[in-house]
Amino acid sequence: MSTTTINTQKVNFNVFRFNADEDYLPYYENYSMDVTSEEVVLDILNRIKWDHDGSFSYRRSCRHGICGTCAIKVNGRVTLACKESMTDMIEVFGNELTIEPLSKKRAIKDLIIDKADFWEKHEQVTPYLDTEIDETPTAENIVTPAQAETLDEADLCIQCGACHYACPVVEISDEFMGPAAFAAAYRFEADIRDGNESRLTDVNKMGSGVWDCVKCFECADACPKEINPIEKIGKLHNMLFQSGKAESNIATRHAVGFERSIKRNGVLDEGSLVLYSELAGIVKHVPVALKMFSKGKIVPPWGIIKSDNLDEIQKLVKSSSTAKF
Amino acid sequence: MGKLKYALFTGCTAKQSTPEQMMSTMAVAEKLDIELVELTEASCCGASHLQDYDDFLSLVLNARNIAYAEKHELTMVTICNTCQLNTAMTKHRLDNSADLKARVNEKLGEIGLEYKGTSKITHFLYAIIDDFGLDKLKEMVVTPLSQFNIAPFYGCHNIRPSELQNETHDTPENSYNPTSLDDLIIACGGMTVDYEEKNKCCGFHAELQAPKVSAILTGNAIAGAMDGNADWIVTPCPLCHLKLDTQTGHASEAIGREVSLPVLHMQQMIGLALGCPPETLGMKHHITKVDFV
Repeated sequence: MSTTTINTQKVNFNVFRFNADEDYLPYYENYSMDVTSEEVVLDILNRIKWDHDGSFSYRRSCRHGICGTCAIKVNGRVTLACKESMTDMIEVFGNELTIEPLSKKRAIKDLIIDKADFWEKHEQVTPYLDTEIDETPTAENIVTPAQAETLDEADLCIQCGACHYACPVVEISDEFMGPAAFAAAYRFEADIRDGNESRLTDVNKMGSGVWDCVKCFECADACPKEINPIEKIGKLHNMLFQSGKAESNIATRHAVGFERSIKRNGVLDEGSLVLYSELAGIVKHVPVALKMFSKGKIVPPWGIIKSDNLDEIQKLVKSSSTAKF
Repeated sequence: MGKLKYALFTGCTAKQSTPEQMMSTMAVAEKLDIELVELTEASCCGASHLQDYDDFLSLVLNARNIAYAEKHELTMVTICNTCQLNTAMTKHRLDNSADLKARVNEKLGEIGLEYKGTSKITHFLYAIIDDFGLDKLKEMVVTPLSQFNIAPFYGCHNIRPSELQNETHDTPENSYNPTSLDDLIIACGGMTVDYEEKNKCCGFHAELQAPKVSAILTGNAIAGAMDGNADWIVTPCPLCHLKLDTQTGHASEAIGREVSLPVLHMQQMIGLALGCPPETLGMKHHITKVDFV
């Protein structure tokens, strides 16, 4: 019979404390505890509440990584408290751990936040099957395994908010819908049964939509269900171009501009890309562009060193294109 | 250890808006006796934007670039985080799907090429750490950067997604607590600045379509380094460099605070420590003046 050794380590926890009804500013309470290699982060939260301070507040429910209730941040890393092993946390961050809510500015009581913005944005993408239902069907509405595969596990989302509150754009922009809402939009766009006509163009709108994504991949690392929301954001872009519904705007021209440039030069012509994307808006870049030019940082179109064997690249662009603009 | 030799994928920026990055890469490679065979046939990696327009086309073009590295039987080395992401991601996807690989190879067959999956793809930062070795680099330092507090700015696409970083490189990096660039600073004799934004986004990829969001992220990054008492910032990514070096005006306006720090490419920092003359490192191409050399 094998035996498992349970190791114990001393860990210092700095825990975010705040009561919106009483406190003007949050503060951090320090708890020093012996932590065993068996424990998960939620065990620590429970021990703080049960052994140290009964007023300490946090959300928890299923304890099995499926209800999405207990997402918090440890040393800035979003995590499902019930899923994250303390051993892993100590391995990454050492023995000084800071426990905070998903969003400090949305804290109500300690680790409990007001998630209203998350749900409002979720709502905006029509996160349900939108279709005309035949009330007297004569056959089953079959979805083949291959059709189900195209959802690419977007349907596994537990709406814990980890990706949403890990997103740096959500943090600074009230309009941005956020990775979870986009993953939900993709989940229904990819569903063969869905008939919504406007979702795809709505989420691809400038300003509030998918194009504000900064491509930082924070959401990919944050998701406890490995849904990879940024991949779904990319797919929403692809679907827009494949559908032929893409409007000409700065974001779409910026994406298409890469293909134009590659066709012409193999490499990117940076200046021409900005010009093609911005059109008349180019004027706002002139002051910085002049400075860059004076420092030898701008190469004119005629000075671009094209890729060798450019004919191969042009042939591939012609034969492999799958999108329209 | 024999002489290190790589197929160099320069990316587009090194040849256009960051000439100093190309210069310093070559200067450092010469000092370290690393041979770089430039892939002059390579096309743009698509920078995550062609991927938005036409994902399949981006796979085909990146597979072509990798196929040229494979022809040389060399590991491909990148000097741009975004080139690294898109090239390594292509390799990851093709190596994990026989069907996708076959579809891409059908296209490459039209031009007499084949993607095999035989070349590794690594960023120059990790090539130095994994293959050259920081201990060896440390021994070669002639001008330790000991008087400087240096703020590492990692750049998203070298460290995220973690899964890709971990499978691509010998030194697995944790995106929430990365160490590679800190280790490099220490090897060069400098002191590292720990600050919250070091592994965060510079905002580059949304600069045109979401200028305000983008400028706030840039501003926060520089402000974080300044508050950490940094003398300058160092980054392995030319796109982060462009943002942090050229966009300080917009960044300051966006966060309501004057922010500005010299920003060095990782290669320039190594070059300084190895005693490369500053003019070979292209410091005159910076917008924010590098006032300490």
